Amino acid sequence: MTKLTVLDVTLRDGSHSMRHAFTEQQVRDVARGLRKAKVKYFEVSHGDGLGGSSLQYGFSKVDELKLIEAAREECGDSAISVLILPGIGVKEDLKNAVKAGAKMARVATHVTEADVAGQHIYLSRELGLKTVGFLMMAHMASTSVIVEQAKLFERYGAEIIYVTDSAGAMLPHEVKERVAALKSHVSCEIGFHAHNNLSLAMANTIAAVEAGATYVDGSLRSLGAGSGNTQTEVMVAVFNRLGYETGIDLYSVIDVANEVVAPIMPRPQEITGSSLMMGYAGVYSSFLLFTQEAAKKYNVDEREILLELGKMKAVGGQEDLIAEIARKIANPTQTVN
Amino acid sequence: MAKLKVAILGSGNIGTDLMYKIERSDYLTMSVIVGIDPDSEGIQRAKARGYQTITNGIDGLVACPELFDIVFDATTAKAHSMHSERVLALGKKIIDLTPAAIGPFVVPCANLEKFATADNVNMVTCGGQATIPIVYAINQVADVDYAEIVATVASKSAGPGTRANIDEFTRTTANAIEDVGGANRGKAIIILNPADPPIMMRDTVHVLVNEGDKEQEIIKAIEDIVLAVQQYVPGYRMTSAPIFNGKQVSIFLEVEGAGDFFPTYSGNLDIMTAAAVQVGNEIAKQYHEIVRANEAEVSK
Repeated sequence: MTKLTVLDVTLRDGSHSMRHAFTEQQVRDVARGLRKAKVKYFEVSHGDGLGGSSLQYGFSKVDELKLIEAAREECGDSAISVLILPGIGVKEDLKNAVKAGAKMARVATHVTEADVAGQHIYLSRELGLKTVGFLMMAHMASTSVIVEQAKLFERYGAEIIYVTDSAGAMLPHEVKERVAALKSHVSCEIGFHAHNNLSLAMANTIAAVEAGATYVDGSLRSLGAGSGNTQTEVMVAVFNRLGYETGIDLYSVIDVANEVVAPIMPRPQEITGSSLMMGYAGVYSSFLLFTQEAAKKYNVDEREILLELGKMKAVGGQEDLIAEIARKIANPTQTVN
Repeated sequence: MAKLKVAILGSGNIGTDLMYKIERSDYLTMSVIVGIDPDSEGIQRAKARGYQTITNGIDGLVACPELFDIVFDATTAKAHSMHSERVLALGKKIIDLTPAAIGPFVVPCANLEKFATADNVNMVTCGGQATIPIVYAINQVADVDYAEIVATVASKSAGPGTRANIDEFTRTTANAIEDVGGANRGKAIIILNPADPPIMMRDTVHVLVNEGDKEQEIIKAIEDIVLAVQQYVPGYRMTSAPIFNGKQVSIFLEVEGAGDFFPTYSGNLDIMTAAAVQVGNEIAKQYHEIVRANEAEVSK
């Protein structure tokens, strides 16, 4: 039976939906549940990765290092992953995360900018971490560009390379093509991270696995940016039926999803008009709540802001564009010096 | 008044762009450009414009001290400390455009006059040059507790050096936000955007001030400092009015370059070279004042 590693990102991607306000108790409860379900890796960080606590993305309510430490105390045989985006987080953040208990680092860049990750990937290997290169907004680059960028990650020392559909914009055949191309051009294992903005997270994850991906991300009850991620507990059930070996206990993972995560969710991870538009226009999923706020403040249609962001080819991290675009839609004639 | 003679160390993009800007200076005169590759575009262009060229690096330069009074180092942080030692040993000055930061951080409009007599000054980073004037200006009228800058640059304007050392950018910029901008705490974020056609450099400054009732003073301070930066980077502007939200102020800027050697979207590179020339001008002014004062002393 083919083995798959399911990596749960509830405590990182879910941080966007929680407006970066996870408490230590919530992290402990989720971590305990994931351990019980035998989830091998789960991620704990600010939604925008280590060092993401900021005015631009939202301050963390509790320091992420404290949350990582709390998760470590609960995680047993499960291991903690952290996300780091070069340009936001720095090497020092990664060293501190390792002291707090991280065993895996996922170094994330925009799909065309892998060469900013060299120093972080080297460091991650030096620190003995399982090391992942994470190519975000994968829908924005052709398959040949993704292959070329993945080769950079491979050269720096990444052991696993992810195709990351940050905007939830990819279709199954596109996922398949990209994963298959990576599989045949790099020696690393391949991973896939989905967002459910077009209701394709599970279908895309299956497509990735059928094309050779062996690492797949999910979040409990889909708690993640935009419409959330592939739903971890659903994925475990589906892969059981498809005959893959995840090593995860189905009942226990359903329990932590429903008894621990569901009660703390600020809103259901349904596909709203706005999250649908994110998938349709190819917009970074964590822009969702910022867009809703700006739309309300300036009394404009959320979809118009999202379409404009898509047109401008905004990349992950450019949250500062949102208020400005909303205000320009509201007052098209406003200018300054 | 004789202009100070300039040597540019490094014939890459930054060095070449500097050459054009120095040609327009009232206080500096372009003399020599130093590289290691005789075929580099910078060396070729300098030759065509009638300047001296040296292609065996710092060794060649220090062998010809008569050619220069002041050096602009546009090489790498690693090479800079050695370059600095050898230039200072000749009693000459050096302006550091690398992230080495041996000398004090200098941002025109904020602290230039204070350091114009230093032998080695550092130009921080492009994101620092674009945003620290704003932090500094706000801090003059309302105590800035925290300042965070987000610099978004076109992928094509971020060279291999910046990419391989992106942590140096964030760390150095954050330090200078505190040291020069005056914020109690600083943070910097850099984002590369590969859109084609390339985007203009964008900078957003978010600050938290300790007083919530200084809106008019803050707006005036920002507008004044934008005008001051426009004196050396005419394409520096706010893209929309600042947004106030309690004690938080957000300022949105874009930097269009002069298009000397870089395309105009590379405002990040342009503001570095333009600011460095400002610093060179100020050093030249102070130098002449000292010379004049000495002469007055002698004639007494």
